[in-house]
Amino acid sequence: MSLRELFEKRKFVLTAEIEPPKGTDVSKFLETAESLKGKVDGINVTDQQSAVMRLGSLAACHLLRDKGFEVIYQITCRDRNRIALQSDLLSAAVLGIENVLILTGDHPCLGDHPDAKAVFDLDSVQLLKVAKSLGEGHDIAGNELKKAPKLFLGAALNPCADPLEPEFIKTEKKVKAGASFFQTQAVYDTERFKQFTENIKHLNVFIMAGIVLLKSAKMARYMNEKIAGVNIPDPIIERIEKADDKRKESIEISVSIIKEIQKFCHGIHFMALGWEELIPEIITRLNLTK
Amino acid sequence: MIVGERKPIKEILEMIDKFEKVLVVGCGTCVAVCFAGGEKQVKVLSSALRIARKIQGKNVIISEFTIERQCEKEFVEELKELVPKHDVIISLACGIGAQTLTENFPEKITLPGLNTTFIGAPLEHGIWAERCRSCGDCILDLTGGICPIARCSKSLLNGPCGGSKNGKCEVDQEIDCAWQLIYKRLKQIERIDLLSEIIPPRERSKTDNGIPRKIVREDLMI
Repeated sequence: MSLRELFEKRKFVLTAEIEPPKGTDVSKFLETAESLKGKVDGINVTDQQSAVMRLGSLAACHLLRDKGFEVIYQITCRDRNRIALQSDLLSAAVLGIENVLILTGDHPCLGDHPDAKAVFDLDSVQLLKVAKSLGEGHDIAGNELKKAPKLFLGAALNPCADPLEPEFIKTEKKVKAGASFFQTQAVYDTERFKQFTENIKHLNVFIMAGIVLLKSAKMARYMNEKIAGVNIPDPIIERIEKADDKRKESIEISVSIIKEIQKFCHGIHFMALGWEELIPEIITRLNLTK
Repeated sequence: MIVGERKPIKEILEMIDKFEKVLVVGCGTCVAVCFAGGEKQVKVLSSALRIARKIQGKNVIISEFTIERQCEKEFVEELKELVPKHDVIISLACGIGAQTLTENFPEKITLPGLNTTFIGAPLEHGIWAERCRSCGDCILDLTGGICPIARCSKSLLNGPCGGSKNGKCEVDQEIDCAWQLIYKRLKQIERIDLLSEIIPPRERSKTDNGIPRKIVREDLMI
């Protein structure tokens, strides 16, 4: 079933993010995807996340689509101008890729090609609007398309952004521009998450709560220091720090967070960062098996 | 103002390696104000080059001259007598000044002694920061007088990217998040409503799409 249909049928949607390889050996990438087949509703493919050059999201989505996966194609504004972005959205549509997650993208200076030009010809709000207009049969210049692409548009939001008001306003703008679903930044502060979702209820969009699998206390502290809108409470850091079996504890932490927020969102988006093999157990523990 | 930084002596030395009679030309405008290419910096550079060449055991004759505005033909004409006596010119002006010298003295080579860095303002003594990208389509009216094109690392027009932490940009903790500044300012002037407007994509054909720009004012033409 497509992501759109699942949301519309009020199913609790599960997706997982995997990254394409640096190079052309896709065996591990496909293996990871296969291990999640039937466990999650969709695989979300990152677009050179952290500005690290790797196999493109579109090609990787196409490979998965061919193998019968529902995919979410991530596209950022960092590397392509409006001509390339629109063209890639058309390319996605003819390859049967409907779900697109539109992001600003990390700055190139954070990645492995820091001397690359930062494009940002469009920003995420503008790209959403452009994608919506493609879906209605016109490009950004107003030219008519021979058959409009069928796209289901998503965007990102950060329920714990500080300050919150500009994030809230930007979320409203993204909805106005065409976003139907949202993936959130990693949720650890469940109260703030609940509050944010309550505040945007009137926007009538589908919210996928982001779950990042914690691997260590070091990772948690790093995220607290460096990642915007992430504030992992000390008790959680202590739990992972004291655990002998980090994987087991990581599962426990994720399960307890999801249990708390489950009623306040329409699905979960897993960002396992290499620990994808733990996702099925989390799903089983939550009785969310497909 | 246009802010510049002098190139390292080593780089300038390499550029003038084959030349003996060198004319160092300063500019008394922007780059003088930012202590990169004014009369004093011409003196400092010339002395450094003389010493360096002496150490290299190579002869050099360096003349120094600073004109008020190196970007204007009328001012550059002051160099008419001096230029023919030299093999090469080092311009200590911005790239505009250096190109004006090339255009006015095509028989000589003009070398850049400065890197033109940005259009900015002095924040305190010894610190300058970028404030304008000369995009050609000013939107300061929509952003509380703070330019997201020059001051947001991604030049975003519709709000923060979500990467800033504690009000600082994701690329560098020293850089303020422009959208945080804009938000605070709009709140202060009670125009937070402006944040809700979707600012459309830039019309880059009118702004900064690489095509050299030109202004023609017929009312001023003689």
